[in-house]
Amino acid sequence: MTGFAFTWHGLRLEARCSGALWWPAERWLIVADLHLGKSERMARRGGALLPPYEGIETLRRLQTEAEALDPAVIVSLGDGFDDDAAAEALDPQVAEALTCLGAAHELRWIAGNHDSQAGGETTLRMGPVILRHQPDGEGPDISGHFHPVVRLAGARRRALLIGPSHMILPAFGHYTGGLDAGAEAITRWVPHGLAVACLHKALPVPLPAA
Amino acid sequence: MARGDHAPYLQAMNEGSPLSRATLPPAFADWFARQGWTPHPHQLALLGAQGDSLLIAPTGGGKTLAGFLPSLVELADGWKGLHTLYVSPLKALTADISRNLARPVADLELPIRVEDRTGDTKTSARQRQRTDPPQILLTTPESLALMLSYPEAPKIFSSLRRVVLDELHALAESKRGDQLMLGLARLRSLAPGLIATGLSATVEDPQALAGFMGGAQVVHADPGPEPDIAMLPTSRPPPWAGAGGRYAVRDVLKAVAEARTTIIFINTRAQAELFFQALWAENDANLPIGLHHGSLAREARARVEAAMAAGELRAVVATGSLDLGIDWGNVDLVIQVGAPKNVKRLVQRIGRANHRYNAPSRARIVPANRFEVIECIAALEAVRERDLDGDARGPGPLDVLCQHILLTACAGPFDADALYAEIRTAGPYRDLSRADFDDCLNFTATGGYALRAYDRWQRLMQRGGLWGLRDPRAARDLRMNVGTIVEAEMTKVRWKRGGGLLGEVEESFAASLVPGDTFLTGGQIVRYEALRELVVEVSPSPRKEPKIAVFSGVRMPMSAELSHRVLSLIGDPSRWEVLPQPTRDWLSLQAEVSAVPRPGTLLAETFPHMGRWHLAVYGFAGHNAMQTLGLLLTRAMEEAGLGPLGFSSTDYALLIWSLDPVTDLAPLLDRDKLRAGLGDWLAGNAVMKRTFKNVAIISGLIHRNMPGGRRTGKQATFSTDILYDTLRRHDPDHLLMRITAAEAGRGLVDFGRIEEMLDRSSVLDHRQLDRVSPLAAPLMLEMGRVRIEGQGRMRLAEQEAEAMMQAAGLQLTDDPTGFDAPAPVVPAEPPRRRKAGPAR
Repeated sequence: MTGFAFTWHGLRLEARCSGALWWPAERWLIVADLHLGKSERMARRGGALLPPYEGIETLRRLQTEAEALDPAVIVSLGDGFDDDAAAEALDPQVAEALTCLGAAHELRWIAGNHDSQAGGETTLRMGPVILRHQPDGEGPDISGHFHPVVRLAGARRRALLIGPSHMILPAFGHYTGGLDAGAEAITRWVPHGLAVACLHKALPVPLPAA
Repeated sequence: MARGDHAPYLQAMNEGSPLSRATLPPAFADWFARQGWTPHPHQLALLGAQGDSLLIAPTGGGKTLAGFLPSLVELADGWKGLHTLYVSPLKALTADISRNLARPVADLELPIRVEDRTGDTKTSARQRQRTDPPQILLTTPESLALMLSYPEAPKIFSSLRRVVLDELHALAESKRGDQLMLGLARLRSLAPGLIATGLSATVEDPQALAGFMGGAQVVHADPGPEPDIAMLPTSRPPPWAGAGGRYAVRDVLKAVAEARTTIIFINTRAQAELFFQALWAENDANLPIGLHHGSLAREARARVEAAMAAGELRAVVATGSLDLGIDWGNVDLVIQVGAPKNVKRLVQRIGRANHRYNAPSRARIVPANRFEVIECIAALEAVRERDLDGDARGPGPLDVLCQHILLTACAGPFDADALYAEIRTAGPYRDLSRADFDDCLNFTATGGYALRAYDRWQRLMQRGGLWGLRDPRAARDLRMNVGTIVEAEMTKVRWKRGGGLLGEVEESFAASLVPGDTFLTGGQIVRYEALRELVVEVSPSPRKEPKIAVFSGVRMPMSAELSHRVLSLIGDPSRWEVLPQPTRDWLSLQAEVSAVPRPGTLLAETFPHMGRWHLAVYGFAGHNAMQTLGLLLTRAMEEAGLGPLGFSSTDYALLIWSLDPVTDLAPLLDRDKLRAGLGDWLAGNAVMKRTFKNVAIISGLIHRNMPGGRRTGKQATFSTDILYDTLRRHDPDHLLMRITAAEAGRGLVDFGRIEEMLDRSSVLDHRQLDRVSPLAAPLMLEMGRVRIEGQGRMRLAEQEAEAMMQAAGLQLTDDPTGFDAPAPVVPAEPPRRRKAGPAR
C-alpha cells in the first residue's frame, strides 16, 4: 500500500504516490497537468531542445497506474497538453500510447489554461465535489494548475494539498516545475490542512508546513 | 615598472632565443627615462617579437606594460579602428589597466582611445563601440564571446593587430580559457596576421601553457628575489576546528598596523565577511580597512578598488576576486588566512606583496584550524623548495564548443568545414575529431536525440550549404546565456527604505530566511524584512551576532603533491617539532584515542555522533578522489542496508553518515568491487547530476537567463536532474551524457587516485570509537555535503513527516481502510516553523 486514504466531503479517496487521485467507488483515476508536448512547444518557439521523451515518460507512469488500478475513467484535470498546437502535433509514440489508454479506459479531458481550445469540458461532477482546472468560489472542488510542492527531508516533493474546501493535485507531467505550497497563490485556496507528499509512498504532512 | 635596478643576468637568460631585442623609439625611451625607469629585457623582447609570445613574469615585473608596449609604439602614428584587444579574467583588472594606460597615453600624447567592454559597460557605450571602436579595448572572455556573436564582428575586428591575454595561467585552468581560445581562433580568421601575447604568473609548465595558446615563444622575466614568507605568530593557538581564522584577528591587525598596505586573502566570501566584521570589532585604531569579493554590489567593489588605488586603505580583505594582478605598488604585505590548498596559488598570492620589482615579497600565513597548520607548514616547505604543483588539463571540453557553435551562428551563417578547420587552430581543440565536431553541430542543430523529434523545429538549419539560426530571435536568448561560469543562483540584497544594492546572497539562503533573521552582507549586519520580486529587502540591525550568510565558495582542491607532503608530515612524529605545540598536542591526542594516518596505512574510524553513525576514511587522495570514494562506498552501504544519508569529502578525508554503522570496512574497499561499482555508479548519482547541470547550461540545453528576468515559482525550470534521468533511460549515449561522463571521469571522479591510495596503503587500520576523534572533528563542519537519496533518506522522510504530524496534534490511523481523516483537517495549533525532523 503506497497510497494515503482519506475521506473528504463524504468521498472516500486515495492519494497515490504517483501524484494521481483514486476514487474507488466509481473507479475514477484523476491526474492533473500532464503537459504533453511541452518539449515540442519549447522547440517550436525557438527555445531549448529538451530531451523529447517527457510525453512517453508521463504516459508510461500513467499506464503503470492504470494497470495497477484498472480505472473505469481517467480524468485529466486540465493542461493535459502543453498548448493547443501540441495537442494537434503529438509525437507518434505519445499519440499511440494515448490511443492504447483510451481503448482500455474512458478518457475525459477538462480544459486548462494551456489547452483551452483542445475541446475539453470545463467541469465534471464527482458526487458533491466539482472537478475543474483551477479552484473557484466556495468549493468544494478538486483542481490542478498550481503544480504544488512541499519541502520534506531536504528536498522539494510534489504534493497533493487537502484543504477545507479545495483540493489541489500535483502535476503529473514529467517536465513540470513546482510552486511551494506556502505561496500566496495557493494558500488563498488551501490555507491549512494536509499535504500528501509523493515519495516512495504517499506521506501526509500538516499545512501550513512552515 | 622598475627603478633601474633589474638583474643583469636576465640578458643571459634570454640569449640564444630567436627573439630579437628591439630598442624603444626615442619618444618612448625619453618617457621611460623621465619616469626613472630602464626598460626590462623582457619588455624589449616582447617589443621585438615577430609572432605570438608567452611572458612568464612575477607580479610587478612590468608585465602589463610589456604586453602593451608594442601596441603603444605601433599606435603612436595613429590607427583607424580597433588595434589591440586586451582580455583579462576580471572586470576589476580592466578598470585597473585603464588607469595605468592613461599615464603613458597622456604623457606621450598618443592618439589612442582606451575603453573597456565588460558586463558592467553601459548599453549606450556598447552600441557606440560597435560602430566606432576604440584603438584599445579591454574586455573579458565572456564579453569577447558576446562581441563575436554580433553580425558586425567581422567589420569591427578586421583592423585588429594584437591581442593581449592577461593572467593566462588563471584562465587556462577553467572552461573560460577554452572559450577564450575559441574566440582567439575566430579572431585569427577575422584578422589574419594577428599577434597574440600571453601574460602569465609563474607556472610549472610554461610550454604547456604556450601550447594552450596555439603555440608561442616563451619569454622568461627575472623571477625576482626569494620571498619572505612565514606563519604569522599568533597570541592564541588556532581552534580545533572551523574556518575563517577569527581567533587571529588581533594579530592580523597588529601586522596591518606595522605594514604600509596589506591584502588579506580569505578563501570564501562568507569567511571574508565574517573576518572583516571581526577585524572592525577589534579595530580600536580605526585603521581604514576595506572588503572586496564577488558578491558585493558593483559600486561597493569599485569604491574599494578606487580607495585602494588612491592609497587610502591600510588593508583590504579579499577573496579570489583580488587574486589577480591589479597593480597596487604600495602593497607590502600579503596575509593568507586559511590553508592555500595549492602551492602554485600560494606563490602567486605571495607575489602580490610588493609590486616593486626586485624587492622581496612579504607574506604571512594564518591557518584557520589545527589541521590547516600542518597544511600551511607543508606548503611553506614546498614554496622554499620552489616545488610547484599542477595538473595537466585534458582536451577542450565539448560543452564549451557547443556554446561556441551556437554563438557563431548568432553572428551569421557559417560553413561547417571552415568552422571545423578554424576550431582546430585553438590550442585546446587542436586534436578535435571531425566526429566530435559533427556531434556538437548536430546537438546544437537538432538536440542530437535518437528520437528525431525536432526535425521541424531545428535550432540551426542548413540553407544553401551554410548553417544558421532557424529563428533569428533565438539569438537574444543565446547571447543572454554566454559564458562558462555556472554559479549558484544569487539573489540581490537591497535596503528596504530605498538606497542602493548591498550585494547578493545565494537564492537557497534567501529562501531559508524568515523576517527578523539577521545576516552579514557587505560587511554589515542586516535584518531580513521581505523577499520582493526576487530581491531581498533588509533593514539595519543593531545586533552583534548575525545568522551567517552562506555563500558557496569555489572549492580549491588540494594538489596531490601537497597532500603527500601533509601525510608524510603527520605520519612521522619525529618531524612534529616543526609544528606548533597545540597542533602537536592535537596529533598526540589523536594518536592516543585512535591513531595518526601515516604513509602505508589507510586509517578509518567508525563512531556515533548526533544520533548518526559516522565513518571517516583518511585517504589523502585529494578532494575529487575522496568524493568518488564517498559515492562508491555509500552505494555499497546502501546495498548492505546500512542507510547512508550523505557524505562530505575533503582533500584528506571522507566522512559518511548513516543510520547503521559500518563494522567491516575491508570488503567495502575491495578494489574489484569498487571498480565494478564505478561503471554502474557513473550512471546515476549526485556528482554526475551536478556535472550534468553545468554541462547542460554551458552547452545551451537549458537557459539560465530569460528575457525579462529570472522566472519564478511554478514557471521555474524543473530540475536538470529530471533531464538527466530521462536521458539516461531513453538516450544514454546522448552527447551530453558522454560529455558528463568524460568530465566527471577526468576531474570529479579521479578514480586513478583511489587506486593509487589503495596501492600505497598495504594495511587497513579501522578503529571503532565511542565518539568523534580529534582528527574527525573538523570534518563535521565541512561544506559541500552530498545527499544520498536512498532507503535511509526515505526512512528519514517518514520520520520527519510523522514528527510534523505529531507536532501538529494530528493522528492518522494505521488502518488505511479506516478513511477517518476528517475534513477539513485542521491542525490544533500549527507549528510556527518547520523544524521537526533531525534534518541535515
